[in-house]
Amino acid sequence: MSRHERASDGARRERMPLVPALKVLTEIRRHDQVVVTSMGSAREWPKLSEHALDFHYVPSTMGGAVPLGLGLALAQRHREVLVVSSDGALLMNLGCLVTVIDSGAANLSIVLLDNGVYEVTGGQKTAAAREGVDFAGVARAVGYPNVGCFRRLDEWQREAGEFLGSSGPRFAWLVVEPVREGFALAPPQPMHEQLRRLGEALGDRR
Amino acid sequence: MLFSGHEIAATLTELGVTHAIWLPDSELGGWEADLESAEALTLLRVCREGEAWPLAAGLYLGGASPLVIMQVTGLFESGDALRNVLFDLGLPIFAILGARSWLASGSRDSAKRFATPILDAWGIDRVIVEAPGDKPELAAHYRRCQKAGRAGAVLLAEGSM
Repeated sequence: MSRHERASDGARRERMPLVPALKVLTEIRRHDQVVVTSMGSAREWPKLSEHALDFHYVPSTMGGAVPLGLGLALAQRHREVLVVSSDGALLMNLGCLVTVIDSGAANLSIVLLDNGVYEVTGGQKTAAAREGVDFAGVARAVGYPNVGCFRRLDEWQREAGEFLGSSGPRFAWLVVEPVREGFALAPPQPMHEQLRRLGEALGDRR
Repeated sequence: MLFSGHEIAATLTELGVTHAIWLPDSELGGWEADLESAEALTLLRVCREGEAWPLAAGLYLGGASPLVIMQVTGLFESGDALRNVLFDLGLPIFAILGARSWLASGSRDSAKRFATPILDAWGIDRVIVEAPGDKPELAAHYRRCQKAGRAGAVLLAEGSM
């Protein structure tokens, strides 16, 4: 069991606020790292950071952010790719965690924001909300070499850099508070502009 | 199956495909060893077909040339992912689709009945390869779609359920 997991064992009911949790990531992201956001993170990240290698996957197919990030990681083996997904989306596509392992991609980090609800549709509970799902246990069981669970913001602030610098693929489960107001999701930029900007940043000559 | 594994691996290599993303059926599955051993190709296995389209999208955006291989039932299953990648993102992803029961005369398999209506409803440029003489159409259609920058599909006729 890693230090990242032990640190959270005593505080099972704690949840960290979403925006400061994302701010940690914007502060430690590498300059040449691709960041894929979706759902709640796609709503908040553009308010915190602006980078040519940011891709806000809106409109998306729910559960598609991890496969899309995996594709980027496999095509750009020299770059790190960070996918910020949410519990509702991942639950639609849990098998993608296995696909990542089978692909052999080591340059991928998945940060799961688990708020227990479908936030952008108004906060309805997910099927996992009542009993709770040990997402870290799932990731560990399918073979992620580095898995962390973070419930407290101070832990995340202290350990995120080291965790995301560990051997990949990495899976960080962040237990966060739902956003109750201003939760609606809108595309931060038209998709064709995002695709053009990302393509230029990645040196696509097609 | 109309194409042997060796033939399909050679064709995809010649077309410059870098990644074959697949969830096979009983007929496509015979290609596994050849796809896996092709030097210029990487075979990627997904757990459900809905993963294949965004995975192909990421590869494409990263500069690779992916291709999706699944049974037509997987196309049905993965409709929202296909919609997003081909239409919201507008990416020219190409697919080889096993057309289940296509060659089984008198088949009442609904997968056969809905194959072309669903593709046509999505507006996907498709051809059907159902006899040995049609086989060159696979590469030709891929090239046409890539040149035009549009998504496309080949329905490969299968005989079994």
